[in-house]
Amino acid sequence: MNVHEYQAKALLREYGVPVPAGALATTPAEAEDAARGLAGDVVVVKAQVHAGGRGKAGGIKLAKSANEAKHVASEILGMTLRSHQTGPEGKVVRKVYVEAGSEIESELYLAVVLDRSTEKLAIIASTEGGMDIEEVAERSPEKILTVPVDPNVGLAAYQVRQIGFSLGFDMDRIAKLDPFLQALMRLFVEKDASLVEINPLVVTKSGDLIALDAKLNFDDNALYRHPEVVELRDPEEEDPREREAREIDLAYVGLDGNIGCMVNGAGLAMATLDVINVCGGNPANFLDAGGGADKDKVRDAFKLILLDPKVKAILVNIFGGIVRCDLIAEGVVAAASELGLEVPLVVRLQGNSAAEGRAILADSGLNITPVETLREAGEAAVAAAGGTGR
Amino acid sequence: MSILINSETTFIVQGITGREAVNLTRENLDYGAKIVGGVTPGRAGRDVYGVQVYDCVRDITAKTRVDGSVVCVPPRFTRDAVFEALENGIKLIVVVTERIPRKQVAQMVELANLRGARIIGPNCLGIISPGEAKMGGVGGPAANTKTAYTKGSIGIMSRSGGMTTEIASTLTAAGMGQSTAVSIGGDAIIGTSYAELMPLFEADPQTQAIAIYSEPGGRMEAELAEWTQENNSRLPIVAFMAGRFMDEMPGMRFGHAGTIVEGKADTTAEKIKRMTEAGIAVAERISDIPKMLQERIGEAK
Repeated sequence: MNVHEYQAKALLREYGVPVPAGALATTPAEAEDAARGLAGDVVVVKAQVHAGGRGKAGGIKLAKSANEAKHVASEILGMTLRSHQTGPEGKVVRKVYVEAGSEIESELYLAVVLDRSTEKLAIIASTEGGMDIEEVAERSPEKILTVPVDPNVGLAAYQVRQIGFSLGFDMDRIAKLDPFLQALMRLFVEKDASLVEINPLVVTKSGDLIALDAKLNFDDNALYRHPEVVELRDPEEEDPREREAREIDLAYVGLDGNIGCMVNGAGLAMATLDVINVCGGNPANFLDAGGGADKDKVRDAFKLILLDPKVKAILVNIFGGIVRCDLIAEGVVAAASELGLEVPLVVRLQGNSAAEGRAILADSGLNITPVETLREAGEAAVAAAGGTGR
Repeated sequence: MSILINSETTFIVQGITGREAVNLTRENLDYGAKIVGGVTPGRAGRDVYGVQVYDCVRDITAKTRVDGSVVCVPPRFTRDAVFEALENGIKLIVVVTERIPRKQVAQMVELANLRGARIIGPNCLGIISPGEAKMGGVGGPAANTKTAYTKGSIGIMSRSGGMTTEIASTLTAAGMGQSTAVSIGGDAIIGTSYAELMPLFEADPQTQAIAIYSEPGGRMEAELAEWTQENNSRLPIVAFMAGRFMDEMPGMRFGHAGTIVEGKADTTAEKIKRMTEAGIAVAERISDIPKMLQERIGEAK
C-alpha cells in the first residue's frame, strides 16, 4: 500500500527523522495561508499523487511569496499530472503540500528495503541523490552501496559507519546519520513497511541531515497489524474496480481491453493474458479467483468483470486442482441468470470434476463456447469479442 | 530416486484441523503419504482421517521420526509454527500459507538457514514425487493427481502451484513422466529458489531434464542461469515464461506478490535473454514443452 508524501513525512516526524516544515492544502487560499506560516524566503508547492516523476511533470514548483504560492497552487491543483509512473491517463491532483525551502549543500540517497534475493533487510545508500535510483544502478552501479541487515539482529553501529563513510561523511556527520538511520529502521520494522525511501536526503549548508522527499510503501500482508496505516489509504488514488475486488478478496487488476478474464491461479491467469495477446486480442482485466474459489466467489467475480462496460466477451479458464470445476460451473450458471449475462462466454474446464462441470454448462442453455486447450481458449475469446477492441 | 520426498518420508501437518488442512491431509493420505501426526494447539486427542492430533510439535518428534512438516496455519501464526518445527529439528518445511508479512518470512528463512533446514514456499502447493508421495495440495484430489502426474525423468519447478500441475499434465499427456515436481511459491521472498534446488536434481539419477514455470519479478531466473553455467549442469532445462504482457507495466502486481517488476532485470524480456544465453530453452506455449525437452534430452545423450 502506498501513501502520500505528506503522510510519509508525518510518520517520519513522529519517529524523529528531520523533515522540512510543511502543511497540506486543497485550495489556493489554503496554500497561501500555509506559505505564510512557514519561515524562510522560499516555499515549495508539491502535488500529492501516488506517483514519482512529479517534478519533471510540472507538479513541483517554487514560490518566493505567499501570494506566489497561491498562484502556483492554483496551477497545480486540478491539473492532470502525467509521468512515467502514472500511465498515459495521468492522475488528477487534488492536494498540494506546501513546504519550507531548504539550503542544500548536497543531495544523497537512502532507502530501507526487504531484499528479495538475500531474504534480508537492506539499506541502500548512494551519493547520487535526487535521481531515479534505477538509472543510477544502470549507469554507475559502483555508486550504490547495499548493506544487508539480518532481520533477527538489526542494524549495528559498524554498519552505520560503513554507510556514512561511503557517503563521504566524517565522524561528526556519522554521529548525525546514526539516529537518522536507526529511526528509519525502527519505522520500517514497527510499521511493517516494504520500502522507506529518502530521495533526496539533503545535507544542509549548516551541516544537518533532512529528508527532503520521502516515499513509504507498506506490506499489504501486514496491514492487519496496523489499522493506523490502513487509515492513510486514499481511495481517490485507486481504481474503483480494484477497490471492489479487495473488498471481496479477489486478486484483480483492471486493464484496457475488451475480454474479461476469470481464471484460478495467478500463474494460469498471467499465461491466459499472454495467450489472448498472442491471439491478437486485448484482456480487460487480470483476475485470480484463487485456490479456494466456490460458487459465491465466481458470482462475485462475474459481477466485477461486468462492472467494466468495455467487456465484450468473458473467458473462464479453470484448471481444477483444489478448485472443483463443477462448483465453478454452478457459479457461472448462477451468475449468468442472476446478472442477465449478455456477452458470450468461452469456458475451459480441466482437472478436478471437469466432466461434471462441462455437463452443467452444456445443460444450462447459455451462450457458451467450450474449449479444451489454452490456445483454443485464446482464439475463441478473441473471436467472441469480435476482434481486438482497440 | 526423486528429490526431497519419497515413499519413506514421514511428515506432520501443522494446523491440521483447519478446513484446507483437512482436505490436504485426506488428499495426501490417499496418495500414499506417511503422515505421522498433526498439530493444533488445544485440540490434542482428536484425529483427522485417522491422523492423531497433538498440542505441540514436540509431542510427535519425541516419539517418532519426523522428516517434514506442512504448515497450514493462518498468516498471523505462521512464523511461530515454522519456528516450532525448526526448533524441534524438522528439516523440510512446506509453508502453504499465503499473505504472511514479508519480514516474518525473512525471519523464518534466516532461522531455517541457521538450523540447516529447508523451507519450501510460502504461498505454495508443496512437493510431489509421482508414484512415491506428495506433501501439500499439489494436484488436488489423489485421483486427479494420478491423472496429471506419472513417474518419470523430468523435474519440475514452478513459481505457481496451479501451473505445476498444468505442466505435469502436459508432460504426462506426451508420455513423459516426472521425477519430482516442486511448487516453490509465488511470494517475493521464498525459502528455496530454482538455483537452490538444482544441486538436488543434478545429483538425482532419475532426473534427466527440467521444466520450469517462471514469471516477472525478482532475480530467480537470472540466478538459475548463473548456476547452470557455473556448474556446467548435465540437465537440459526448458522454461515457460508467463506474464510477457507485463513488461510495459512496471510497479504492477498480478496476483502473486513476487511478480512485481521493480527494475529492468525483473522483466520477462530480460529473463528470457539471460536464460537463453545460459542455454536454457524458453517455450512460447506450454504445449511446446514436451517436444523441446525431448529434443534436448536426445542431444544430451
